[in-house]
Amino acid sequence: TNPRLCLTAPIEFGVGHVVDGTSLVSAVCTAQGFVFNYSTHTSLLSADISALLLLTGDPAFNYQEHELNERLKRLYPAVNEEETPLPRSWSPKDKYSYIGLSQNNLRVHYKGHGKNHKDAASVRATHPIPAACGIYYFEVKIVSKGRDGYMGIGLSAQGVNMNRLPGWDKHSYGYHGDDGHSFCSSGTGQPYGPTFTTGDVIGCCVNLINNTCFYTKNGHSLGVAFTDLPPNLYPTVGLQTPGEIVDANFGQQPFVFDIEDYMSEWRAKIHSMIARFPIGERLGDWQSVLQNMVSSYLVHHGYCATAMAFSRATETMIQEDQTSIKNRQRIQKLVLAGRVGEAIDATQQLYPGLLEHNPNLLFMLKCRQFVEMVNGTDSEVRCFSVHSPKSQDSYPGSPNLSPRHGATNAHVHNTGNTDTLHTNIFEYAMHASKAKHIKLNLFTNVVYLHSPETSSAVDCVFWCVDSDSEMEIEAEHYSNGVTESSTRIMNGTYKHQEILQADDSSVDDSCSSRQLCGGNQAATERMIQFGRELQALSEQLCRQYGKNATHKKMLQDAFSLLAYSDPWNCPVGQQLDPMQREAICSALNSAILESQNLPKQPPLMLALGQATECVQLMARVRSGSCSFARVDNFLH
Amino acid sequence: SFKCLVEEVTATSRHYVDRLFDPDPQNVLQGVIDMKNAVIGNNRQKANLIVLGAVPRLLYLLQQSSSSLELRTECAVVLGSLAMGTENNIKSLVDCHIIPALLQGLLCSDLIFIEACLRCLRTVFISPVTPVQLLYTDPTVIPHLMSLLSRSQHTQEYITQIFAHCCKTPEHQTVLFNHGAIQNIAPLLISPSFKVRMQALKCFSVLAYENAQVSMTLVNVLVDGEQLSQVFVRMMQRDKPIEMQLTAAKCLTYMCRAGAIRTDDNCIVLKTLPCLVRMCSKERLLEERVEGAETLAYLMEPDIELQRIASVTDHLVSMLADYFKYPKTSVLDHDLKHAHELRQAAFKLYASLGSNDEDIRKKITETENMMDRIVSGLSESSIKVRLAAVRCLHSLSRSVQQLRTSFHDHAVWKPLMKLLQNAPDEVLVMASSTLCNLLLEFSPSKEPILESGVIELLCSLTQSDSPALRVNGIWALMNMAFQADQKVKVEIVRALGTEQLFRLLSDPDTNVLMKTLGLLRNLLSTRPHIDQVMSSHGKQIMQAVTLILEGEHSIEVKEQTLCILANIADGNTAKELIMTNDDMLQKIKYYMGHSNVKLQLAATFCISNLIWNEEDGSQERQDKLRDMGFVDILHKLTQASDPNLCDRAKTAMQQYLA
Repeated sequence: TNPRLCLTAPIEFGVGHVVDGTSLVSAVCTAQGFVFNYSTHTSLLSADISALLLLTGDPAFNYQEHELNERLKRLYPAVNEEETPLPRSWSPKDKYSYIGLSQNNLRVHYKGHGKNHKDAASVRATHPIPAACGIYYFEVKIVSKGRDGYMGIGLSAQGVNMNRLPGWDKHSYGYHGDDGHSFCSSGTGQPYGPTFTTGDVIGCCVNLINNTCFYTKNGHSLGVAFTDLPPNLYPTVGLQTPGEIVDANFGQQPFVFDIEDYMSEWRAKIHSMIARFPIGERLGDWQSVLQNMVSSYLVHHGYCATAMAFSRATETMIQEDQTSIKNRQRIQKLVLAGRVGEAIDATQQLYPGLLEHNPNLLFMLKCRQFVEMVNGTDSEVRCFSVHSPKSQDSYPGSPNLSPRHGATNAHVHNTGNTDTLHTNIFEYAMHASKAKHIKLNLFTNVVYLHSPETSSAVDCVFWCVDSDSEMEIEAEHYSNGVTESSTRIMNGTYKHQEILQADDSSVDDSCSSRQLCGGNQAATERMIQFGRELQALSEQLCRQYGKNATHKKMLQDAFSLLAYSDPWNCPVGQQLDPMQREAICSALNSAILESQNLPKQPPLMLALGQATECVQLMARVRSGSCSFARVDNFLH
Repeated sequence: SFKCLVEEVTATSRHYVDRLFDPDPQNVLQGVIDMKNAVIGNNRQKANLIVLGAVPRLLYLLQQSSSSLELRTECAVVLGSLAMGTENNIKSLVDCHIIPALLQGLLCSDLIFIEACLRCLRTVFISPVTPVQLLYTDPTVIPHLMSLLSRSQHTQEYITQIFAHCCKTPEHQTVLFNHGAIQNIAPLLISPSFKVRMQALKCFSVLAYENAQVSMTLVNVLVDGEQLSQVFVRMMQRDKPIEMQLTAAKCLTYMCRAGAIRTDDNCIVLKTLPCLVRMCSKERLLEERVEGAETLAYLMEPDIELQRIASVTDHLVSMLADYFKYPKTSVLDHDLKHAHELRQAAFKLYASLGSNDEDIRKKITETENMMDRIVSGLSESSIKVRLAAVRCLHSLSRSVQQLRTSFHDHAVWKPLMKLLQNAPDEVLVMASSTLCNLLLEFSPSKEPILESGVIELLCSLTQSDSPALRVNGIWALMNMAFQADQKVKVEIVRALGTEQLFRLLSDPDTNVLMKTLGLLRNLLSTRPHIDQVMSSHGKQIMQAVTLILEGEHSIEVKEQTLCILANIADGNTAKELIMTNDDMLQKIKYYMGHSNVKLQLAATFCISNLIWNEEDGSQERQDKLRDMGFVDILHKLTQASDPNLCDRAKTAMQQYLA
């Protein structure tokens, strides 16, 4: 057993990280030299566990682990390791008995008799190479060639006999040191490259875009060795004579070969392929599609003035009339300012019947209203506050966006918010993962929008979705995702803090000494009364539509705020964050649009989401080019 | 009606030219602007205007200080447009002295005008019909162009492009270097404009080519705090445009060959070499593959380690075989040209790859149809291909193994002999050099070559003005005479003629002298041959030997000469030529006491042969030499520190004891 392993550490660390208890125990057992329990869960976590086991023991190893994570993230940004973990070491379970592992399962040595080829032994890495790598690379350093230097480096599928050198069997591929031959699922090798021996560093690169493989020796590419490789191959090494020792580098160390340079070539290739996607005669059609996407996006979020300017410049039609846009804009502003009560009133006034038909939405709004009462921002409690309440009239009367908002809008695509956007697009994509047969046509174009009112330019790259593909996505999933993502987009478009500053200095100023309902007794009573009404509404809904766990949770969370003396600094205090208004704001906006027979999410976001999903899907169907066609490469 | 149309066109052209002579300057300006719009993309119109004499008038207007700046600028633009046409257009423009006029225009302070002039100059200078020397006629031009580099991205692009095209000789390099080309152009490598970066890079590649001074300076240049070589390395990144990668690789190659960068530097081994190998890939354009292969051949020519790395990089050896798959026969001229270019580049690269390492040579000859390709390359119509093919063959002929196998199997000597019949000197040098190797005693091709009557040809080579050809000719004869039949030796001596043989013994080129002595030595081996040659040419040979031993020659030459003497001393009758020549014996005595062991050894050998016991008259010779004091010398030499010399002296002494 490795003396650096420590038994207590994993349990402490395990609580937060390890989901499954048995895998942890079994891993600890292995570490202690007990017989390994082949649990079904271990494959996912074994690498992580071994990392955890060593966390406290060896700072150098921690550093290496950190290096590894950073390098893998940089090399394979498209890989979702929760779905397809990357190989990080040799597998102690997936090897022949003549193989010994050491040095965190990175060093392989031969411990058999080595009499003849029947004594050959191999070991596979912990995981197969994910297709989303696009281009995958690992290196093996020959520490010692041993007696005869019969070392093979390569790839093999799961289940291939380990009592063999890589390359000898079906779905097994190898490059052998003694003769420099390549073995492509055959006992007979082909002349391939130079021989290799002690001190040499041999690299193996799998190109998952064209399914080929080439090797490197001491940083020099030796040219293609294999073509038409099957998917899901594991890095594999095989040894055959005593004394043979090799070390693997799955990214723990810088590579001798400049793999990133090779990747850059393929990235450029894929990008130029996308950029040169032929659109032929249909240029005009595509342009109008793009313009409509921009326009509908602006309209959706209520950028009324910009939308109008855009439609004038591009001579496109806006489906929704201007008043309607402004109304929605006004309601959204109320929600985002935390004045949910007023937003509900306005909705009921402008769109009668809407909330009655959407009891869930109404309930969510009311819950939010309660939270805002705690916050002291809802008008129902603000009217009690010392400062004169700002009436609806004094709220930015014109639903027209101020230039400031316009400017912020332009920033969305250029500044920091892209990250949130992407995360949420992924969420969307995961929700939509059940969608089948998504057919996407990718194309790129650039639209420059010069709005005279905002003097800002929107510079976007869009994907257009083949219209019939929408139909194939299950409505439920896609609504979830799209709502979520468009919410976060708004995240960037509104600066809530600034709105509050402008509208209600009392809330803003007293940030450090925030009090329940603004500290007003009457307001607190009003809030408690409102809480009862909300409880009643919940019970009513329950009778009418049956139990709803979401509602229950929502209500519980909201009421929990009252259990703390400082609700802003309590376990459920996050609800009070103005950011939390965005989800409900977006849901309300979508509901209104839907009631007007307009799409409840902007086609642009739909397209973006679908493009992202498509790229993810490519990874699952093992199309490696997805690695270099990432949506975020095109969002600036 | 066609004629009618032509006349009509000419008439409108005439109208344009006429307007240039309008008394109202405003009309002239409008006329020039209209002309500009009329000539764009219209080669016929351009030709017409030139024929009708528009150029001198435009140049006149451009040079007149009374012309408005706008008019002068428009004139430069129209001239630039005319230059964009055919090569004939350029010729006409150059004949009208457009270059001095435009260069004069650069002295103006207006940037727009300067840019128009430069654009036109650029177009003129990059044409192959323009003599580049015109850039250097006026010594003030280069410094002025350097000073204009700071004016705008356009001036940078045009000027660097002009430099890149007009730097063709070491003199040009020096002129540009002395006027600060490196300091002025280096910052342009990080210009925001791709065109500027690219042209600046091209400048450096032409400046550094075979120029140690430039190359040594380049390695020390910093661009924005970064070493120039690192800037070039970044330009070779695989996502950069191919043209940029290739040109950056050329820069580093030239710097390396000029000795400014070591061949084991990572920027060469891990970056430049792989980049050039990539340029040879099938995915690249034909021109890129040609340039890539030629540059790579040049890079690794002197370095076996680079040759070894290249030979295993990306299957280069078999990748090059694809260069031969371009159609050999085509109706299109440029196809044929491409095919020739590809083949010669591949041969060059094979030659460079195989110049030192036996394993690489084996790998090359084992490439599909390689020997056949070389054989057919030797008789191709293009001299460039023939030369490259013979270079390749020469490189491979350094392998004993290949001489014994593939060379013989493919009877390469046949096309080689043919090639030798009537070829330019550069081909002859390579071909005869290869022939030397084919005539080595272990080469199975030696026999058939002898039978093909090559001796006359080789003898004629020894009369060439080119020292390289003389060496190769005599070298081949030397190899041929090694352990040859009496018949062959006689034939060599007959064909060469003693006169020519002795002329070669006084050749100013030491290599020629050495190989000639080598030939003599080979002729004078085995006793019957020695006696026969000496009986017919003994007098002259002894004279020649005397001359060389008395002359100012290197140790190697004298050693070789003493060896000849030793051979002569081994003959039955021939040794009398020495024994009866007291002067020669004194010389031998002198060299036995020489400070150089090699000469002592050779001289002792000679004496040893003379006093050898079992031969007739050995007693008399021993007595004579004892009387002359040789025994004392031999005795002294038995105490020599050099074991060989000591042994040889003892062996000789034993002859007296027996």
